[in-house]
Amino acid sequence: MTGEPVAVVGIGQTEHTTARRDVSLAGLVREAALRALTDAALTWADVDAVVIGKAPDFFEGVMMPELYLADALGATGKPVLRVHTAGSVGGSTALVAAGLVAARVHATVLTVAFEKQSESNAMWGLSLPVPFQQPLLAGAGGFFAPHVRAYMRRTGAPGTIGSLVAYKDRRNALRNPYAHLHEHDLTLEQVQASPMLWDPIRYSETCPSSDGACAMVLTGRAGAARAPHPPAWVHGGAMRSEPTMFAGKDYVSPRAGRDCAAAVYRQAGITDPRREIDAVEMYVPFSWYEPMWLENLGFAAEGEGWKLTEAGVTALDGDLPVNPSGGVLSTNPIGASGMLRFAEAALQVRGRAGDHQVPGARRALGHAYGGGAQFFAMWLVGAEPPTR
Amino acid sequence: MTAHRDVAIVAFAQTRHRARTEELSEVEMLMPVLHEVLARTGLKTSDIGFTCSGSSDYLAGRPFSFTMALDGVGAWPPIAESHVEQDGAWALYEAWVKILTGEADTALVYGYGKSSPGPLRDVLTRQLDPYYLAPLWPDSVALAALQAQALLDAGDTDERDLAAIAARNRDNATANPFAQLPGARPQGDYVVRPLRTGDCAPVGDGAAAVILAAGDTARALCDRPAWIRGMDHRVEPHALGVRDLTDSPSTRLAATRAGAFDRPVDTAELHAPFTAQEVVLRKALSLGDDVRINPSGGPLAANPVMAAGLIRLGEAAARIHRGASDRALAHATSGPCLQQNLVAVLEGEPRDR
Repeated sequence: MTGEPVAVVGIGQTEHTTARRDVSLAGLVREAALRALTDAALTWADVDAVVIGKAPDFFEGVMMPELYLADALGATGKPVLRVHTAGSVGGSTALVAAGLVAARVHATVLTVAFEKQSESNAMWGLSLPVPFQQPLLAGAGGFFAPHVRAYMRRTGAPGTIGSLVAYKDRRNALRNPYAHLHEHDLTLEQVQASPMLWDPIRYSETCPSSDGACAMVLTGRAGAARAPHPPAWVHGGAMRSEPTMFAGKDYVSPRAGRDCAAAVYRQAGITDPRREIDAVEMYVPFSWYEPMWLENLGFAAEGEGWKLTEAGVTALDGDLPVNPSGGVLSTNPIGASGMLRFAEAALQVRGRAGDHQVPGARRALGHAYGGGAQFFAMWLVGAEPPTR
Repeated sequence: MTAHRDVAIVAFAQTRHRARTEELSEVEMLMPVLHEVLARTGLKTSDIGFTCSGSSDYLAGRPFSFTMALDGVGAWPPIAESHVEQDGAWALYEAWVKILTGEADTALVYGYGKSSPGPLRDVLTRQLDPYYLAPLWPDSVALAALQAQALLDAGDTDERDLAAIAARNRDNATANPFAQLPGARPQGDYVVRPLRTGDCAPVGDGAAAVILAAGDTARALCDRPAWIRGMDHRVEPHALGVRDLTDSPSTRLAATRAGAFDRPVDTAELHAPFTAQEVVLRKALSLGDDVRINPSGGPLAANPVMAAGLIRLGEAAARIHRGASDRALAHATSGPCLQQNLVAVLEGEPRDR
C-alpha cells in the first residue's frame, strides 16, 4: 500500500462455540472489540471510525445490523462502514479499514467481523433458492465437492490428503484456546472413517458452524509508536473478484486468487513465497482446499500442492506452517473467519500466538475467499515496518 | 475529511424509477445503467481501477444477491472489487478512499434495489434491534411519523409547511425524466398521523451508477468534473429514545468534516424520504432559502432503496457537469429516523463569465 503505513496494534477474538447463548449479537461483537482495545491499550474514545463485516444478513435475521450494533461498538458520532463480500468478508473488511488509515482519512480504526450462526441455519442459508440458481447445491459442500473431485483427477492426488489436513488442523486447534473444536482424542483413522457428506468430502473434513467475532485496531506510524506491544505491519493487501460462473472459469485454481496473491506479493516485494513467508493462515473450509490453495497462492507448482501436505511441510513444525491456529476447519463463524485468518497472521509476526506460535515468524499471509470461489482478500503482514 | 488527492464524479446514470418491475431481475434492471455510465466516459470494465457496489439481500429476498450483479459487470479478467450492504452512497465513500490511497485512479460505483417485491414498511423493521424493537414490527412510516410529530410539538414545522415541501419536491421532479412521481399530487389521507400520503416517498425500484476519477484522468473523462472537496459520514445511537429526533447532529458533524460550512453551497440534494426529515436536515445543515434544494425532486419523487442516496450524489454531480451548479452538497441517509448520515461537497472548476 502507498500512503501511511498501516500497523495492527490490537487483536481480539471471542471464545467460539456452536451457540453463544450467553451473549446477544451486541455482546458478541463487544467482547472481541474490547479485547482488541485492551491489547492496544486504547479506549473507545481513541477510535476514529469503525468498519464492520459479516456474511449474509439472513444468517442472523437482522437487516444491516451495523445500525443496531453502532451503540455496542462505541460508534456514536463516528463513521461506520458495513462490508459484505460473502466468505471473504472478514478479510475485505480489514482491508477497507486499512485503506482508511493508508489514505490518512482516519488515524485509528476499529474493524470487527462476526457471525452468530446459531441464530439460524447456515446450511440452508447457503442453499440458494430455485429458480435463481441451479438446484441441489445443498450447502457450501455441495457446491465445492465437484471442484475437489476435479483437483484430485487433475493432479492424481491420493484420496488420503484431505484427511491429513483435517487431522493436522484439528490437532493445531488444541493449542488455540479460542478455537471452537477441541477434539482431544481424535485420530487420523477416525477422520478417515467419518461419514461421507458430499463425496469426496467427509464429515471430519468440514468446518463447524460457529458463533464468534474478531476485531483489530489499525493505526499509522504515530499510533504504532505508542502501542504497548509490537505491531504487525501491513506490507501488502488486495482484493480480487471474478464472476460466479462462466465457461472459462477454473474452479480448481481461480484466476482471481492467483491475481490477488500476485498483487500482494508485488506490494510486499515477495518473489519466492515458499521461502520468504514464514506462516500462512489460509481459508480452508473443506480440507482439500489446503493443497488447492497452496498451488493457487504460489507456494507450490500446479499439481504439486498435495505433495507439500503429504510431506508435512504445512504442519506446525514444518517449514511452511499452514493454519497453526487450527483454521476454518476448527472455527468457522463465517463472516469473521476471514478476519480471523488476517488476525492470526498478525499474531504470528507479533510473536503473540501463544502455544501455536511459529518460532521466529517474521512474515505471514492471511487469506480469505468467498462466494463461488470468486471473491478473494489477502494481506501480508510483517514484524518490521515496510520500507517500500 | 478533506481530500489529499483530487477526486471527482465524472459520470452518472440512473434508471427510470418505477413502482414495480416484475419483468426484470435486479441485474437486468442494473445492466443498462452500467453500460450507460461506462459509455459516458468511453471506459470499459477492464479500464476501471476499483469497483464497489451497495445493495441489500433483504430487498432481494436471497443471500449473496450482489454476486449475480457482479456477473453482470463482467468481472473478467478479475477485478479489484468490494461491496457494502448499505446504500450505494457508502460504496462511493469506500471507492473514494481507495482512490485517495493511490491504489486506483478510477472507480465504478453502483447501487440498486427493488423495493416492490415485498412490503417495504415491514421489511425495514428487520433493521431494528432484534431483541427489543424488531419483534414489535414498528414500521418505517410509523417511526418517521414519531419524528414528524416531535417536530410539530417543537414548533419547528406544521402540516402546511410539510405539504409545501411535498409540492415543491414533486414540482421540481417534472423536469426529471427518471422520477417516479413527478408533478402536483394531492397530499392525501393520513398514513400514520401526522404524515399523509404526500409526505412519504413512493416505494419503487431502481438503480444508479457513477464513475469516479482522480486528477487529470477526471479532466480527460469529463468537461467539468464534480470535484469531491470533502466527504464524511456519521452514525447516531440506534435507540430512538436516546436521540433528539428534531435534530441531526450526525449530519451536522459530517457536513463540518466535509467542509460544507467553509463556503456557501448553491444546491443541496437531500436524502429525505419524508417531508419532515427535510426540515430536520435543512436545520442541521443551516441551509438558507437561497439554496436550491432537491432540484431533481429528491426521494419524494423517486426512492429506490439502496440507490436513493447514491442518486443524490449523482444528481448533485450532474448539475455541476452541466453548469447548473458550482458548489453542491449531497446527503445520504440510512436507518430509522435519519440514524446514519453522509455528506459530500462537490465543486466545479470556476467558469469564465
